[in-house]
Amino acid sequence: MKPNEIKVCVLRIEGTNCEEETAAAFAIVGASPEKVHLKQLLHQCPKEMRRDLEDYHVLAVPGGFAAGDYVRAGAILAARMKSALSKELKAFVEKEKPIIGICNGFQVLVELGMLPAFEAAISKEPQAALYTNDSARFECIPTLLKNENNGKCVFTRNLPKGKVVMFPSAHGEGKLMFSSEHERDYLNLLEKNDQVVFRFVGPDGSYAGYPWTPNGAISSIGGICNPAGNVLGLMPHPERVVNRITHPDWTRSGLDPSGEGDGRVVFQSAIDHVIGKG
Amino acid sequence: MVVAEIRIELKQGVADPEGQNTRKALELLGFKGIKGVRSIKFFEVELDAPAEEAKKQCEEMCRRLLANPVIQKFKITVK
Repeated sequence: MKPNEIKVCVLRIEGTNCEEETAAAFAIVGASPEKVHLKQLLHQCPKEMRRDLEDYHVLAVPGGFAAGDYVRAGAILAARMKSALSKELKAFVEKEKPIIGICNGFQVLVELGMLPAFEAAISKEPQAALYTNDSARFECIPTLLKNENNGKCVFTRNLPKGKVVMFPSAHGEGKLMFSSEHERDYLNLLEKNDQVVFRFVGPDGSYAGYPWTPNGAISSIGGICNPAGNVLGLMPHPERVVNRITHPDWTRSGLDPSGEGDGRVVFQSAIDHVIGKG
Repeated sequence: MVVAEIRIELKQGVADPEGQNTRKALELLGFKGIKGVRSIKFFEVELDAPAEEAKKQCEEMCRRLLANPVIQKFKITVK
Protein backbone atom coordinates (compact mmCIF):
# COMPACT_ATOMS: atom_id res chain seq x y z
CA MET A 1 0.00 0.00 0.00
CA LYS A 2 1.28 3.47 -0.92
CA PRO A 3 0.88 6.41 1.52
CA ASN A 4 -1.49 8.25 -0.82
CA GLU A 5 -3.81 5.23 -0.83
CA ILE A 6 -4.37 5.69 2.90
CA LYS A 7 -7.70 7.45 3.37
CA VAL A 8 -8.00 9.53 6.52
CA CYS A 9 -11.40 10.66 7.77
CA VAL A 10 -11.03 13.96 9.62
CA LEU A 11 -14.36 14.24 11.36
CA ARG A 12 -16.04 17.62 11.71
CA ILE A 13 -19.29 19.00 13.03
CA GLU A 14 -20.37 22.46 14.05
CA GLY A 15 -17.71 23.85 16.38
CA THR A 16 -14.71 21.69 15.45
CA ASN A 17 -11.98 24.09 14.33
CA CYS A 18 -8.73 22.16 13.91
CA GLU A 19 -9.79 20.02 10.96
CA GLU A 20 -7.73 22.08 8.46
CA GLU A 21 -4.43 21.61 10.33
CA THR A 22 -5.20 17.98 11.13
CA ALA A 23 -5.94 17.19 7.48
CA ALA A 24 -2.82 19.14 6.41
CA ALA A 25 -0.68 17.12 8.85
CA PHE A 26 -1.84 13.85 7.29
CA ALA A 27 -1.33 15.30 3.78
CA ILE A 28 2.25 16.31 4.62
CA VAL A 29 3.13 12.70 5.46
CA GLY A 30 1.64 11.61 2.13
CA ALA A 31 -1.79 10.30 3.11
CA SER A 32 -5.11 11.30 1.56
CA PRO A 33 -7.17 13.10 4.21
CA GLU A 34 -10.77 14.19 3.77
CA LYS A 35 -12.73 16.47 6.05
CA VAL A 36 -15.98 14.63 6.62
CA HIS A 37 -19.03 16.01 8.39
CA LEU A 38 -20.71 13.64 10.84
CA LYS A 39 -23.92 13.91 8.80
CA GLN A 40 -22.05 12.50 5.78
CA LEU A 41 -21.24 9.36 7.80
CA LEU A 42 -24.86 9.18 8.97
CA HIS A 43 -26.10 9.62 5.36
CA GLN A 44 -28.14 12.66 6.37
CA CYS A 45 -27.06 14.49 3.22
CA PRO A 46 -27.38 14.35 -0.57
CA LYS A 47 -26.44 10.97 -2.00
CA GLU A 48 -23.18 12.07 -3.64
CA MET A 49 -21.90 13.40 -0.30
CA ARG A 50 -22.51 10.19 1.65
CA ARG A 51 -19.48 8.50 3.14
CA ASP A 52 -18.94 5.27 5.07
CA LEU A 53 -16.52 5.03 7.97
CA GLU A 54 -15.40 1.55 6.95
CA ASP A 55 -13.92 2.96 3.70
CA TYR A 56 -11.27 4.88 5.65
CA HIS A 57 -8.01 3.59 7.09
CA VAL A 58 -7.57 6.25 9.78
CA LEU A 59 -10.04 8.32 11.80
CA ALA A 60 -9.08 11.69 13.31
CA VAL A 61 -11.29 13.63 15.71
CA PRO A 62 -9.83 17.13 15.63
CA GLY A 63 -9.70 19.88 18.22
CA GLY A 64 -12.12 22.72 18.65
CA PHE A 65 -15.36 23.18 20.52
CA ALA A 66 -17.64 20.55 19.00
CA ALA A 67 -21.29 21.52 19.45
CA GLY A 68 -20.14 24.55 21.41
CA ASP A 69 -18.73 22.37 24.22
CA TYR A 70 -22.19 22.62 25.75
CA VAL A 71 -23.08 20.20 28.58
CA ARG A 72 -19.40 19.13 28.88
CA ALA A 73 -16.50 19.41 26.44
CA GLY A 74 -16.92 16.73 23.77
CA ALA A 75 -20.08 15.27 25.32
CA ILE A 76 -22.56 16.12 22.57
CA LEU A 77 -20.44 14.86 19.65
CA ALA A 78 -19.63 11.74 21.68
CA ALA A 79 -23.32 11.08 22.40
CA ARG A 80 -24.24 11.57 18.73
CA MET A 81 -21.45 9.24 17.57
CA LYS A 82 -22.33 6.65 20.19
CA SER A 83 -26.02 6.61 19.33
CA ALA A 84 -25.62 6.44 15.54
CA LEU A 85 -22.16 5.06 14.75
CA SER A 86 -21.41 2.60 17.55
CA LYS A 87 -21.31 -0.46 15.31
CA GLU A 88 -19.02 1.17 12.74
CA LEU A 89 -16.73 2.60 15.42
CA LYS A 90 -16.49 -0.74 17.19
CA ALA A 91 -15.55 -2.45 13.92
CA PHE A 92 -12.98 0.28 13.19
CA VAL A 93 -11.32 -0.22 16.59
CA GLU A 94 -11.44 -4.01 16.38
CA LYS A 95 -9.76 -3.97 12.97
CA GLU A 96 -7.01 -2.04 14.77
CA LYS A 97 -7.27 0.91 12.41
CA PRO A 98 -5.65 4.02 13.91
CA ILE A 99 -7.91 6.60 15.59
CA ILE A 100 -6.55 9.84 17.01
CA GLY A 101 -8.41 12.37 19.13
CA ILE A 102 -6.63 15.67 19.65
CA CYS A 103 -7.67 18.06 22.44
CA ASN A 104 -11.46 18.29 22.00
CA GLY A 105 -11.15 15.04 20.04
CA PHE A 106 -9.57 13.41 23.11
CA GLN A 107 -12.49 14.69 25.21
CA VAL A 108 -14.86 13.12 22.66
CA LEU A 109 -13.10 9.73 22.78
CA VAL A 110 -13.15 9.73 26.60
CA GLU A 111 -16.84 10.69 26.76
CA LEU A 112 -17.58 8.04 24.15
CA GLY A 113 -15.86 5.35 26.20
CA MET A 114 -13.22 4.64 23.53
CA LEU A 115 -10.50 5.68 25.96
CA PRO A 116 -9.18 4.25 28.20
CA ALA A 117 -11.55 1.41 27.17
CA PHE A 118 -10.10 -1.12 29.60
CA GLU A 119 -12.62 -3.90 28.96
CA ALA A 120 -14.14 -3.31 25.53
CA ALA A 121 -13.60 -1.29 22.35
CA ILE A 122 -16.27 1.11 23.61
CA SER A 123 -17.15 1.06 27.29
CA LYS A 124 -20.80 1.43 28.23
CA GLU A 125 -20.12 4.47 30.37
CA PRO A 126 -17.11 6.82 30.42
CA GLN A 127 -14.27 5.44 32.55
CA ALA A 128 -12.46 8.77 32.80
CA ALA A 129 -13.16 12.47 32.57
CA LEU A 130 -11.30 15.46 31.18
CA TYR A 131 -12.40 18.16 33.55
CA THR A 132 -11.75 21.87 34.13
CA ASN A 133 -8.06 22.72 34.53
CA ASP A 134 -6.95 23.26 38.12
CA SER A 135 -6.26 26.89 37.24
CA ALA A 136 -9.92 27.25 36.06
CA ARG A 137 -8.47 29.02 33.02
CA PHE A 138 -8.01 28.26 29.35
CA GLU A 139 -4.30 27.41 29.18
CA CYS A 140 -2.64 28.22 25.87
CA ILE A 141 1.09 27.50 26.09
CA PRO A 142 3.86 25.42 24.52
CA THR A 143 4.09 22.18 26.52
CA LEU A 144 6.82 19.55 26.71
CA LEU A 145 5.84 15.90 26.52
CA LYS A 146 7.86 12.81 27.21
CA ASN A 147 7.11 9.68 25.22
CA GLU A 148 6.36 7.14 27.95
CA ASN A 149 5.11 4.38 25.69
CA ASN A 150 6.93 1.09 25.26
CA GLY A 151 5.72 0.55 21.69
CA LYS A 152 2.02 -0.25 22.09
CA CYS A 153 0.75 3.02 20.62
CA VAL A 154 0.79 3.07 16.80
CA PHE A 155 1.08 6.87 16.73
CA THR A 156 4.41 7.02 18.58
CA ARG A 157 6.27 4.00 17.26
CA ASN A 158 8.74 6.19 15.34
CA LEU A 159 9.44 8.24 18.45
CA PRO A 160 12.12 6.84 20.78
CA LYS A 161 10.95 6.12 24.31
CA GLY A 162 11.92 8.91 26.68
CA LYS A 163 12.23 11.49 23.93
CA VAL A 164 10.79 14.90 24.82
CA VAL A 165 8.79 16.80 22.21
CA MET A 166 7.05 20.17 22.18
CA PHE A 167 3.38 20.22 21.27
CA PRO A 168 1.35 23.33 22.10
CA SER A 169 -1.55 23.00 24.53
CA ALA A 170 -4.70 25.08 24.28
CA HIS A 171 -7.55 23.89 26.46
CA GLY A 172 -9.72 24.74 29.41
CA GLU A 173 -10.77 21.21 30.28
CA GLY A 174 -7.82 18.84 30.09
CA LYS A 175 -7.44 17.46 33.58
CA LEU A 176 -7.51 13.69 33.21
CA MET A 177 -9.41 12.20 36.13
CA PHE A 178 -10.70 8.83 37.28
CA SER A 179 -13.37 8.28 39.89
CA SER A 180 -11.80 8.29 43.35
CA GLU A 181 -12.71 4.62 44.00
CA HIS A 182 -10.91 3.47 40.82
CA GLU A 183 -8.09 6.00 40.66
CA ARG A 184 -5.27 3.78 41.89
CA ASP A 185 -6.42 0.66 40.01
CA TYR A 186 -6.93 2.50 36.72
CA LEU A 187 -3.57 4.21 36.95
CA ASN A 188 -1.91 0.82 37.56
CA LEU A 189 -3.87 -0.65 34.69
CA LEU A 190 -2.75 2.12 32.33
CA GLU A 191 0.88 1.39 33.23
CA LYS A 192 0.45 -2.38 33.07
CA ASN A 193 -1.24 -2.24 29.63
CA ASP A 194 1.32 0.27 28.26
CA GLN A 195 -1.50 2.79 27.74
CA VAL A 196 0.34 5.87 29.02
CA VAL A 197 1.67 7.61 25.91
CA PHE A 198 2.71 11.12 26.96
CA ARG A 199 3.43 12.81 30.27
CA PHE A 200 3.99 16.53 30.67
CA VAL A 201 7.53 17.38 31.78
CA GLY A 202 9.57 20.47 32.61
CA PRO A 203 12.55 21.78 30.61
CA ASP A 204 14.92 19.36 32.38
CA GLY A 205 12.78 16.38 31.35
CA SER A 206 11.49 15.61 34.83
CA TYR A 207 7.82 15.39 35.77
CA ALA A 208 6.65 18.80 36.81
CA GLY A 209 3.49 20.49 38.06
CA TYR A 210 1.88 23.69 36.88
CA PRO A 211 2.54 25.34 34.47
CA TRP A 212 4.44 22.50 32.80
CA THR A 213 1.45 20.28 33.42
CA PRO A 214 -1.06 22.94 32.42
CA ASN A 215 -4.21 21.23 33.66
CA GLY A 216 -3.45 19.25 36.85
CA ALA A 217 -3.97 15.87 35.16
CA ILE A 218 -3.45 12.77 37.26
CA SER A 219 0.19 11.65 37.16
CA SER A 220 0.91 14.49 34.65
CA ILE A 221 -0.63 12.41 31.86
CA GLY A 222 -1.10 14.26 28.56
CA GLY A 223 -2.03 11.36 26.30
CA ILE A 224 -3.25 7.76 26.58
CA CYS A 225 -4.03 4.95 24.16
CA ASN A 226 -6.42 2.01 24.34
CA PRO A 227 -5.15 -1.44 25.36
CA ALA A 228 -4.61 -2.42 21.68
CA GLY A 229 -2.62 0.77 21.01
CA ASN A 230 -4.55 1.89 17.93
CA VAL A 231 -6.64 4.62 19.62
CA LEU A 232 -4.71 7.64 20.91
CA GLY A 233 -6.08 10.66 22.71
CA LEU A 234 -3.95 13.60 23.73
CA MET A 235 -4.64 17.13 24.95
CA PRO A 236 -1.75 18.98 23.19
CA HIS A 237 -1.76 19.64 19.45
CA PRO A 238 0.86 17.78 17.36
CA GLU A 239 -0.83 18.99 14.15
CA ARG A 240 0.20 22.56 14.99
CA VAL A 241 3.90 21.68 14.86
CA VAL A 242 4.38 19.46 11.81
CA ASN A 243 6.79 22.10 10.45
CA ARG A 244 9.67 23.63 12.40
CA ILE A 245 8.59 27.12 11.39
CA THR A 246 5.48 26.87 13.57
CA HIS A 247 7.54 26.12 16.69
CA PRO A 248 7.54 29.24 18.88
CA ASP A 249 11.34 29.11 19.20
CA TRP A 250 12.16 28.58 15.52
CA THR A 251 14.22 31.76 15.26
CA ARG A 252 16.21 30.92 18.40
CA SER A 253 16.66 27.18 18.10
CA GLY A 254 19.04 27.36 15.14
CA LEU A 255 17.15 24.47 13.57
CA ASP A 256 16.25 24.59 9.88
CA PRO A 257 12.88 26.42 9.70
CA SER A 258 11.90 24.42 6.64
CA GLY A 259 12.53 21.17 8.51
CA GLU A 260 10.19 18.81 10.32
CA GLY A 261 8.41 19.93 13.43
CA ASP A 262 8.03 17.75 16.54
CA GLY A 263 4.44 16.78 15.75
CA ARG A 264 5.04 15.16 12.39
CA VAL A 265 6.19 11.87 13.91
CA VAL A 266 2.68 11.21 15.28
CA PHE A 267 1.12 11.24 11.80
CA GLN A 268 4.08 9.52 10.13
CA SER A 269 3.99 6.67 12.66
CA ALA A 270 0.31 6.01 11.99
CA ILE A 271 0.80 6.00 8.22
CA ASP A 272 3.85 3.71 8.51
CA HIS A 273 1.76 1.40 10.69
CA VAL A 274 -1.03 1.21 8.10
CA ILE A 275 1.50 0.59 5.30
CA GLY A 276 3.16 -2.10 7.42
CA LYS A 277 -0.14 -3.86 7.91
CA GLY A 278 -0.58 -3.93 4.13
CA MET B 1 -46.93 18.48 30.14
CA VAL B 2 -44.47 18.19 33.03
CA VAL B 3 -41.30 20.11 33.82
CA ALA B 4 -38.30 18.11 34.96
CA GLU B 5 -35.56 19.87 36.86
CA ILE B 6 -32.20 18.17 36.45
CA ARG B 7 -29.43 19.15 38.81
CA ILE B 8 -25.92 18.00 37.88
CA GLU B 9 -23.26 18.41 40.53
CA LEU B 10 -19.76 17.20 41.19
CA LYS B 11 -19.36 14.12 43.34
CA GLN B 12 -18.03 14.51 46.85
CA GLY B 13 -14.26 14.95 46.78
CA VAL B 14 -13.99 16.18 43.18
CA ALA B 15 -12.20 19.53 43.07
CA ASP B 16 -14.32 22.41 41.78
CA PRO B 17 -11.97 25.05 40.28
CA GLU B 18 -14.90 27.08 38.98
CA GLY B 19 -16.49 27.24 42.43
CA GLN B 20 -13.17 28.04 44.10
CA ASN B 21 -12.37 30.80 41.62
CA THR B 22 -15.85 32.27 41.94
CA ARG B 23 -15.40 32.35 45.70
CA LYS B 24 -12.07 34.14 45.27
CA ALA B 25 -13.67 36.67 42.92
CA LEU B 26 -16.56 37.29 45.32
CA GLU B 27 -14.10 37.87 48.16
CA LEU B 28 -12.15 40.27 45.98
CA LEU B 29 -15.40 42.17 45.47
CA GLY B 30 -15.58 42.58 49.22
CA PHE B 31 -18.09 39.87 50.20
CA LYS B 32 -17.26 38.50 53.63
CA GLY B 33 -18.05 35.29 55.47
CA ILE B 34 -18.25 33.04 52.40
CA LYS B 35 -17.87 29.46 53.62
CA GLY B 36 -17.86 27.86 50.18
CA VAL B 37 -19.06 28.18 46.59
CA ARG B 38 -19.99 25.19 44.46
CA SER B 39 -20.71 25.27 40.73
CA ILE B 40 -23.83 23.31 39.79
CA LYS B 41 -25.44 22.80 36.41
CA PHE B 42 -29.19 22.97 36.12
CA PHE B 43 -31.38 21.91 33.21
CA GLU B 44 -35.11 22.38 32.91
CA VAL B 45 -36.68 19.90 30.50
CA GLU B 46 -40.29 20.25 29.39
CA LEU B 47 -41.75 16.87 28.54
CA ASP B 48 -45.01 15.66 27.17
CA ALA B 49 -45.20 12.50 29.29
CA PRO B 50 -46.64 11.29 32.60
CA ALA B 51 -44.45 12.13 35.60
CA GLU B 52 -43.14 8.60 36.14
CA GLU B 53 -42.23 8.19 32.46
CA ALA B 54 -40.68 11.67 32.36
CA LYS B 55 -38.41 10.80 35.27
CA LYS B 56 -37.26 7.62 33.55
CA GLN B 57 -36.53 9.51 30.35
CA CYS B 58 -34.54 12.14 32.24
CA GLU B 59 -32.49 9.45 33.99
CA GLU B 60 -31.63 8.06 30.57
CA MET B 61 -30.74 11.58 29.36
CA CYS B 62 -28.34 11.91 32.29
CA ARG B 63 -26.76 8.55 31.58
CA ARG B 64 -26.36 9.20 27.86
CA LEU B 65 -25.38 12.85 27.81
CA LEU B 66 -25.98 15.18 30.70
CA ALA B 67 -23.72 13.66 33.39
CA ASN B 68 -20.34 11.94 33.38
CA PRO B 69 -20.61 9.38 36.21
CA VAL B 70 -16.84 9.55 36.82
CA ILE B 71 -17.12 13.01 38.36
CA GLN B 72 -20.79 13.97 38.47
CA LYS B 73 -24.06 12.94 40.10
CA PHE B 74 -27.54 13.98 39.16
CA LYS B 75 -30.89 14.64 40.82
CA ILE B 76 -34.19 14.81 38.96
CA THR B 77 -37.33 16.52 40.24
CA VAL B 78 -40.48 16.31 38.15
CA LYS B 79 -43.05 19.07 38.66
